Amino acid sequence: MTHEPAVDEVLAAMADPTRRGLLEDLAARGEATATALAVGLPITRQAVVKHLAVLDRAGLVAARRRGREVRYVARPEGVAATARWLAGLAADWDRRLSEIKRIAESLPGPTDPGPGPAAGPGGPALP
Amino acid sequence: MATDRIEREIFIKASPDRVWAALTEPGHIARWFGDSAEVDLQPGGKMVFGWTEYGNHHAVVERVEPPGFFSYRWGHGAEVVPAAGNSTLVEFTLTSAGSGTVLRVVETGFASLDGTDEERATAVRENTEGWANELGELQQYAEGPPA
Repeated sequence: MTHEPAVDEVLAAMADPTRRGLLEDLAARGEATATALAVGLPITRQAVVKHLAVLDRAGLVAARRRGREVRYVARPEGVAATARWLAGLAADWDRRLSEIKRIAESLPGPTDPGPGPAAGPGGPALP
Repeated sequence: MATDRIEREIFIKASPDRVWAALTEPGHIARWFGDSAEVDLQPGGKMVFGWTEYGNHHAVVERVEPPGFFSYRWGHGAEVVPAAGNSTLVEFTLTSAGSGTVLRVVETGFASLDGTDEERATAVRENTEGWANELGELQQYAEGPPA
């Protein structure tokens, strides 16, 4: 599995809840100006512009100039590499958990508590 | 949507006590994580996961609440002493369910790795390569010799 350096920038950009909110808002709107995005937020338009610049550098949004205003759009493809990387780490944990399961289920231990026709501690070899 | 968090779980047909043993005893850890393991099982206690090829990775135990909760913070990269900015937090929750246990793992903190962009990229790359290699071995071990 090769790792793309962009992953770090994406993770850093996404680590901030305000930026995650902006990205979700932008994805829902399709496109919007910084002024429109700042409405209803407890931060200034200038702060929104700074957050958008971070998202832009990470490839998560794109800025498009329309006449005198700049409109932003979300770039869902920008998260693809990071999503793949995290999915790889999650798959690692799936394998580790499977191994822990195998170990725990084969451990000799006190007879299993609980009612019902539970399998013996040794697994399917025991009736 | 990608986030700074990995969360997985599995159902195990064994009591929480037995899952706890598989999760925390060095002899068992070395079978699912690395080639050798040392564990000082108390808050602030040190853990060392040894990989023959990649050297030692260090972790610090955060919470120990047998048999329901166990967490540690582990450093990214060989011989890195875990601290804020160079480590991720791994949390295990064991919940009794019917005749077995649900084991859940949450790993967080990937976005808070600091250093220069280049250092961070290198650390993440090394870590990812280590994991990829290790999971190959894990898979072999889990699948056992061919029937």
